[in-house]
Amino acid sequence: MSTQAKSLPQGGPDFGQALKDGVIVAIIAFALLGPLVGLRTDQNMANELIIQNRLGLAAILSAIVGAGRFLLSAFVYPWLTARGRKTKAAVTLAELETRATRARHLSIGGLAFLFVYPVLIISLVGVQGSIKWVDNFGVQILIYVMLGWGLNIVIGLAGLLDLGYVAFYAVGAYSYALLAINFHLSFWVLLPVAGILAAFWGLILGFPVLRLRGDYLAIVTLAFGEIIRLVLINWKAFSGGSAGISSIPKVTLFGLYSFDVSAPNNFAKVFHLAASSAYYKVFLYYLILLLALLTAFVTMRLRRLPIGRAWEALREDEVACRSLGINTTNTKLTAFAIGAMFGGFAGSFFAARQGFVSPESFIFMESAVIVAIVVLGGMGSMIGVALAAVAMIGGTELLRELSFLKAVFGNDFNPDQYRMLLFGLAMVIIMVWKPRGFVSVRQPTAFLFRRKTVSGDLVKEGHG
Amino acid sequence: MTEAAKPLLTVRGVRTYYGNIIALKGVDVDVAQGEIVTLIGANGAGKSTLMMTICGNPRARDGSIVYDGQDITRLPTHDIARLRIAQSPEGRRIFPRMTVLENLQMGASIDNLEFFDTDIQYMFDLFPRLKERLHQRGGTLSGGEQQMLAIARALMARPKLLMLDEPSLGLAPLIVKQIFDAIRELNRRDGLTVFLVEQNAFHALKLAHRGYVMVNGVITMSGSGRELLENPEVRAAYLEGGAH
Repeated sequence: MSTQAKSLPQGGPDFGQALKDGVIVAIIAFALLGPLVGLRTDQNMANELIIQNRLGLAAILSAIVGAGRFLLSAFVYPWLTARGRKTKAAVTLAELETRATRARHLSIGGLAFLFVYPVLIISLVGVQGSIKWVDNFGVQILIYVMLGWGLNIVIGLAGLLDLGYVAFYAVGAYSYALLAINFHLSFWVLLPVAGILAAFWGLILGFPVLRLRGDYLAIVTLAFGEIIRLVLINWKAFSGGSAGISSIPKVTLFGLYSFDVSAPNNFAKVFHLAASSAYYKVFLYYLILLLALLTAFVTMRLRRLPIGRAWEALREDEVACRSLGINTTNTKLTAFAIGAMFGGFAGSFFAARQGFVSPESFIFMESAVIVAIVVLGGMGSMIGVALAAVAMIGGTELLRELSFLKAVFGNDFNPDQYRMLLFGLAMVIIMVWKPRGFVSVRQPTAFLFRRKTVSGDLVKEGHG
Repeated sequence: MTEAAKPLLTVRGVRTYYGNIIALKGVDVDVAQGEIVTLIGANGAGKSTLMMTICGNPRARDGSIVYDGQDITRLPTHDIARLRIAQSPEGRRIFPRMTVLENLQMGASIDNLEFFDTDIQYMFDLFPRLKERLHQRGGTLSGGEQQMLAIARALMARPKLLMLDEPSLGLAPLIVKQIFDAIRELNRRDGLTVFLVEQNAFHALKLAHRGYVMVNGVITMSGSGRELLENPEVRAAYLEGGAH
């Protein structure tokens, strides 16, 4: 014990040692990379073999490796040891209480941040510059947060693995697109209609698959997602085929102000602002934020009702549920329908935001991403799902920003192409590091005497 | 005492199949109000199948099951449960990720919630351990505690008939005694009718008013608990060597 304590740096990280580590690793890396990367053989016009000298590139790569090793030795390893030592000691109840309070403050702070985010961005980069940050990051991430929370009802709470969630997203999007164009109804009328239609399709899917469980259910839902997409591609008279539907009307500010440039009550004109699409983006941001919060609110309330508890019990043990007098058929159907309804809401928002829908947007990849968000977040955890959506969607959006890497890797380097590679790598790392998702703690829904935190030793899964 | 009592559960000529394999070959069982009736038998005799058949999963192919004057042979499982037949299935089947309190709530959810507070207090009197573990996850309880939770969850539905499938399975003798004492107490205090499927023949027959012995899907013997305990055949097959 004492020898171990001695070998661990006591007063912060040991930078000297870390630097030495880094330099050694960089030298080894250069020795390897020098011949491998630094020298390249090529043919010139006269078909002669020539050697291209790329030692500079090899040096840059070696420096990156060395720097990585330095960071690992200086910060990551000491932090990991410290963390390992801390968890060894039993966690006291008082500490858990403070941790729970901190988590509550954090989520309130996070919510406040979400509400001021567009204002913050506009004040930092101006109205025109804010479009990218509000639209690509804000709105895009929030759509997936909402989809994740909707699917969380089906997968996280009721435990039904649904791989075709994108079908309901498509139903919502096409409902809005078709009804708005053909019947000139406003977004605010069609939002509930899209939700109801998606819920209806959830029921239609629910009936035949009720007897299925686990893998079989997953396969059938996957097929359902594909069927919807193929119908949309091939039924050209109805959906416009793969060309999709364009010029879908924008959302209006409850009919008071429009965001159409030509409209007389255009928002920017009425308030004498410079014409910009940024106002619409900010409006969409708040709209999707409120829709996502509605999803979260409904889910949290439902969990405390008998139906929500029945969902969770269904996930745990179906036979036990039936022996307790729960109608498992109806319970599963409600989970499917309510999950689908939120997918439909998100879909109609998506159609209004894009102004264009086509079957291309509703491929299986979308379903897979949403399922990945739910699983990564920790099934059933709202905060976890939101964090996972930020990591997955924000992460891929960030890749577009990495064009400076072209300076390092040459002009034909396109970070976007590595999206899926990094995506998979990140999933593997997270699953190794946190196998039950970002937030694996399940909040109990019932308290008899008072809300109290239970020591972590007592809430881990055990065997009887 | 059984002659005067009103029949609560009447099973007549029930045959149950798993695919083409016959598991119950025409079973007759009676349970009167206020009785503890036990069903003993070797592994694979069909004891659990009978209990599951009463609950409608699997369904009986022939015969009839009448509960409280109502034919329940063709009723869906969840509707049978709502007639206040509570079942503590084999292997406990508590909800592992939900807390003890939530498990108990699940048991009560089909019935009127106004009794919840008194009922849960009663469960704490019966099984004080559950009160200590109230906010723990079901899956973190010991086997005996899980069994107590399974019984308490079944009782939260205020059943008229409590069916227990091997509550002593895999438990230490002391815990088995606690659980059997609790069953006796429930029967004496509230007149609760109990149908008990057990391998632990000695304890079960000592507890029960009447017992049935099942062999290969047929009832071969029946009688009062004491009669069966003293029966040489029963002793030879189920008690000698295995008795505590």
